Amino acid sequence: MTIGEAGSALAFAALALLSIIIAAKAYAPEYAFHAYLFAAASVAAVFAIVNRYYERPAALPAQTINGKPNYNLGPVKFATIASVFWGVAGFTIGLLIATQLAFPALNFDTSWLSFGRMRPLHTSAVIFAFGGNVLIGSSFYVVQRTCRARLAGDIAPWFVVLGYNFFIIIAGTGYLLGITQGKEYAEPEWYADLWLTIVWVTYLLVFLGTVMRRKEPHIYVANWFYLGFILTIAVLHLGNNATIPVSIFSPKSYIVWSGVQDALVQWWYGHNAVGFFLTAGFLAIMYYFIPKRAERPVYSYRLSIVHFWALIFTYIWAGPHHLHYTALPDWAQTLGMVFSVILWMPSWGGMINGLMTLSGAWDKLRTDPVLRLMVVSVAFYGMATFEGPLMSVKAVNSLSHYTDWTIGHVHSGALGWVAYVSFGAIYCLVPWLWNKKELYSMKAVSWHFWISTLGIVLYISSMWVAGILQGLMWRAYTSLGFLEYSFIETVEAMHPFYIIRALGGALFVAGSLIMAWNVWKTITTAEAAEEEVLPAQPALIAAE
Amino acid sequence: MAHETHEQVDAVTGVTTTGHSWDDIQELNNPLPRWWLWTFYFTIVWAIAYSIAYPAWPMVSSYTKGVLGWQSRDAIEVDLAALKDQRSGMTAKLAEASLEDIKKNPELFAFARAQGKASFGDNCAPCHGAGGGGAKGYPNLNDDDWLWGGSLEQIQQTILYGARSTSDQGHTGSMPAFGRDGLLKREEISQVADYVRSLSGLPLEKGVDVAAGAKIFTDNCASCHGDKGQGMQEMGAPNLTDKIWLFGSDKVTIMEGLNNGRGGVMPTWHGRLDDTTIKALTLYVHSLGGDQNR
Repeated sequence: MTIGEAGSALAFAALALLSIIIAAKAYAPEYAFHAYLFAAASVAAVFAIVNRYYERPAALPAQTINGKPNYNLGPVKFATIASVFWGVAGFTIGLLIATQLAFPALNFDTSWLSFGRMRPLHTSAVIFAFGGNVLIGSSFYVVQRTCRARLAGDIAPWFVVLGYNFFIIIAGTGYLLGITQGKEYAEPEWYADLWLTIVWVTYLLVFLGTVMRRKEPHIYVANWFYLGFILTIAVLHLGNNATIPVSIFSPKSYIVWSGVQDALVQWWYGHNAVGFFLTAGFLAIMYYFIPKRAERPVYSYRLSIVHFWALIFTYIWAGPHHLHYTALPDWAQTLGMVFSVILWMPSWGGMINGLMTLSGAWDKLRTDPVLRLMVVSVAFYGMATFEGPLMSVKAVNSLSHYTDWTIGHVHSGALGWVAYVSFGAIYCLVPWLWNKKELYSMKAVSWHFWISTLGIVLYISSMWVAGILQGLMWRAYTSLGFLEYSFIETVEAMHPFYIIRALGGALFVAGSLIMAWNVWKTITTAEAAEEEVLPAQPALIAAE
Repeated sequence: MAHETHEQVDAVTGVTTTGHSWDDIQELNNPLPRWWLWTFYFTIVWAIAYSIAYPAWPMVSSYTKGVLGWQSRDAIEVDLAALKDQRSGMTAKLAEASLEDIKKNPELFAFARAQGKASFGDNCAPCHGAGGGGAKGYPNLNDDDWLWGGSLEQIQQTILYGARSTSDQGHTGSMPAFGRDGLLKREEISQVADYVRSLSGLPLEKGVDVAAGAKIFTDNCASCHGDKGQGMQEMGAPNLTDKIWLFGSDKVTIMEGLNNGRGGVMPTWHGRLDDTTIKALTLYVHSLGGDQNR
């Protein structure tokens, strides 16, 4: 047994013991349930590690086979399938809460299905479960291919993938049971946060370790973005989740920040979850999969350097624009706004590099729906990153703040940019990972593209109209100097737009189901690639 | 997969590459787009100018105030003053005038109704509906049927102190739970429910004993609802002879009320809304539901 295997098995055994003690003395049954989940997962991990030790060859997998790198693709496969699963689940919950907003009775008067619990379940499922698995899976693939090196670590890559998905399960079941620390996009409580910290640091080490043993003299631009994403998310996660638990036997904790400082830290985190999770990470995906699919060189190396550093530097200051016209001091609001405006061109640098990489290959858009998905995603990215700085301008924000315009803006980024570039990456990865000639059905990809594009258009246009209408109604005064509309009238006015939005969401869900079917058929029945694109994989058993 | 060490020229665009290659991905040596760079510079220059004009940079114990001297606290003062201006002193007149005087002054009355409508939407609409149409258990304010009286003074009193509220000046009195508290048997409740339905001419089932119901009504209900079921505003007891029903006119709903009692709460607004706003609300609500003054 290697030191890694023995050490990991011992650590998991200790965690299992600790979890059982916590479960026995837990203050709340929900917390005891989570402790039992931790115990069960730890026992399963010990079993998997020992089992793998007896079944594997004496030597660990080689770094190279016949001079070719021996890529470790098992964790990538797992994350790819997990991302499809979580994507469909997350979009469906989104559809449920969109429908609840139009017809509130659809919570069926149960706490489990109440909007307050379903909303974080939706946001976490799409951002962290779907997006996170796409990011981890694709980064493990891209870093190996562009460094020509096998992933660092033996158990570690599997620990990252499985440990991250275990975090998702703890977070999601926690929301359903009513466990939350009430911070938007950072709802999981202290023990889930601690677990994620361990997983994330391991992720950073695996990624860095692979980059360090690269066979290429330079580091590819996609890896800069992945590294920026991994590192910054670690810092944000630690800063925003600085809490003190009531007891090790209680799920409840209190945040160390208070008042407006807490609000500022929260939106420093929240905005950079957008900036580094949903932007930098997915730009990395764009920088690998678009040139690869279009078979064209990246448009401008210089632009990639300048916009990378400008983006990384500027994003981190823009958070205060979420707190315009609040108790946040004027000076902080000003800085949040001007940095957001400066951010416009660094964001568009990515768009230019993505779109212009197609010069000389534009005709492929007609024939390749996968490339079309990715190119449209970059167009949505450009649109959302223009809209963002615009909405951060205080005069515009005074109209848009707290309205559904914000929801529309977020979804043009989330559905149009993040989900589309992810779909493109998944459609590329599945045949590559499972050694298939091509996807089971290109026609189905086309259908996915058109159905979900129609869904996005319905979603964002209804939310634009709803949001601007809402903002105008809130500020409308009569000639005598009284508010023209009561709040309840503005809620009533939203009803038709909420129905249109839900319709758009339903189309988007339908598209994702087509993808899930196509991915399944590709893996199970599509024709194998003529020659193995990748060297043969040593069998690695999943730890669960 | 070969590692490129020399710059090449891309055949399609004629641009040189950087000579790097990762997994067959290369990079072109294109310069930064001019418009991109100049727009980037422009946003930076604009940001510097803006941060000189407005409060921006944190210092050791303070921050730069901005050469325009703008601050959000001043801005809200200006907005509020403009609003006051727009109301052109009408608020003060409304505060001084009596309800009757306001009604006689068309300009002031219109102003009061406008303020009342705005305040109604934010405070009353959640129960009484955006248009005052009411809901089950929450009175419709558009009809001329009042539980606690529809004169200006009565409406004002109800808004100020509520009914069955936390205020000791609020209306009291509620429908007893005749069934639950054992005052009437189930059979008797059924009979009196039939009688109550007969008061407003609603159809009855065959063979019901209306006379028995009438007897029970006289003994138990007439003290509040009146000997003919015409209601009594001092007790908040609804008129049972009209076709307006607070909870519903079907026999099951009436029996439910007889069995468990009724007693909806109207909160006290005294101390939560200022007296002028309550005055405006009184006039607005009065203007909705007719001009009953009995």
